[in-house]
Amino acid sequence: MKLFMFRIISFLSLINLFSLTSAGSSLFKTENDNVHDTVSFVSRFEADNNRCFKCHGQEKYEYTNETLGKQVKDMMCSERIIHKNEFYSSNHKSFSCTDCHSEEYVKFPHSGTLRMEQKYICLDCHGGDAKFAKYHFEEIDSEYRKSTHFKMEDEGFTCWKCHNPHTYKITVRNSTNLKETIAYDNAICLNCHSDYNRFQLLSDKAEINIIQKHEWLPNQASHFANVRCIECHTKINNNIPVSHQIRPKAEAVRLCNECHSKNSILMASLYKFESKEQRRDGFFNGIILNASYVIGANRNEYLNYISLIIFFVVIIVIIVHVVFRVKKKTKNIKEE
Amino acid sequence: MYLYPKWIRAWHVLNAAMFLILIVTGLSMQYTDKGNASYVVGFAKAVRWHNFAAVILILSYILFVTGNLLTNNGRYYRIERKGFLSNLKKQFKYYSIGMFRGEKHPFPVTEERKFNPLQKITYVLAMYVAVPLLIISGIGLLLPEITITTVFGISGLILTDILHITMGFCLSIFMIIHIYTCTLGSKPTSLFRGIITGYHVSEDE
Repeated sequence: MKLFMFRIISFLSLINLFSLTSAGSSLFKTENDNVHDTVSFVSRFEADNNRCFKCHGQEKYEYTNETLGKQVKDMMCSERIIHKNEFYSSNHKSFSCTDCHSEEYVKFPHSGTLRMEQKYICLDCHGGDAKFAKYHFEEIDSEYRKSTHFKMEDEGFTCWKCHNPHTYKITVRNSTNLKETIAYDNAICLNCHSDYNRFQLLSDKAEINIIQKHEWLPNQASHFANVRCIECHTKINNNIPVSHQIRPKAEAVRLCNECHSKNSILMASLYKFESKEQRRDGFFNGIILNASYVIGANRNEYLNYISLIIFFVVIIVIIVHVVFRVKKKTKNIKEE
Repeated sequence: MYLYPKWIRAWHVLNAAMFLILIVTGLSMQYTDKGNASYVVGFAKAVRWHNFAAVILILSYILFVTGNLLTNNGRYYRIERKGFLSNLKKQFKYYSIGMFRGEKHPFPVTEERKFNPLQKITYVLAMYVAVPLLIISGIGLLLPEITITTVFGISGLILTDILHITMGFCLSIFMIIHIYTCTLGSKPTSLFRGIITGYHVSEDE
């Protein structure tokens, strides 16, 4: 019997593992997967930018080596490739390359010293500007400075480590498909946390294994597909659009009912931009139901009342029945 | 009268134990809230125990159905159309009025008739309608990846969960009534003793 039970449990686990692996593959989506091939945006700097994209827009590039006097074909360093479609779908699509990079880059071969140029950070453009005040970039910056990422390498860790300025686009605030947004945002974390080479730029840890580290999480694949990493790994700050204070591992959310409850933290994070619609059709946190279903957070108010009424009616009927039985028994004893 | 063979008693005790675990852990998950992290049992523990008990319950249900197919026990669950409603009425009347007037049981237990008409319909609805629905919807929640995403624009998971908690609630109410009606034997404890020893003691004995 024990063996039989073991086999059934193993079979069920196998099915679960299979579904987990298939969901796992979607978890490891890259940012590129969310970018469509056709981009309708036409930049007024298109001609200027094309001079850069000619080499930096693909894996291979070609140039004339004037010293040797011959045509050379070479591979572009992967970190220097900016796909045109991705750039023209990003938040910075309206820029010219030389808005941020030195004008000197128009010359080829590029001067070696240019590589050492100081890169801008978000606040260089977005800080102290009334136009961006509502996004609280300064507060995002101060939150980020408290974050465990910043503490690991305060100089080396910049906004760009997570938000590629060439491809980054705001997602959750304008999301029409929350599942895609979640995959996109999680891909930002997984960019380093599932790529050992990138991870090693900041850490000496011998291995990273997201699946294994989250083994304690029931229905892991479902969690990975339906919430962002930052839901559990950041400290919520209601003043800024998205929390930026990444907490140390030991402080990550581990209590299930932080999310699985009537006062679910998801309403202050993932569903923040839609949470005005607090309750719909009797469901607590009804807005979550558009994209997902969270046990404990989405209980139905009417079903709660109905079940309580039925429960108490049954108990009352039983009590009345018992009273009549006792009365009858007392009467029988007296008669005897 | 020997009415409950060993396999039925073993199934019954397993089924009852698993149901109790499932009710307690199910309530803990459904009504979990921040601040009461240890509501009956904590959420994480509740999920683990609920999943474990569910797998055992499925196995015990397979045992129940197979046992009923292979032995004579299945015949007790066959409902006859003839006099169905009037027999139900008779039994209901006995429970609500007759027994207080000292009337005789309209359907005394015999080797051919283990259940009275009211018991029979309740057991059939519980074991052949509610439990299968509970198990199917439970598997849908245990493996959310296999659940249909949307049904007419409504999330398949919500429908699955509502079906699951509704069936769970109905069976919990069934359990309360079942336990209470088991005190209605010749003595309040005699039916409980019967399911442990296998021997039923009728009112005349």
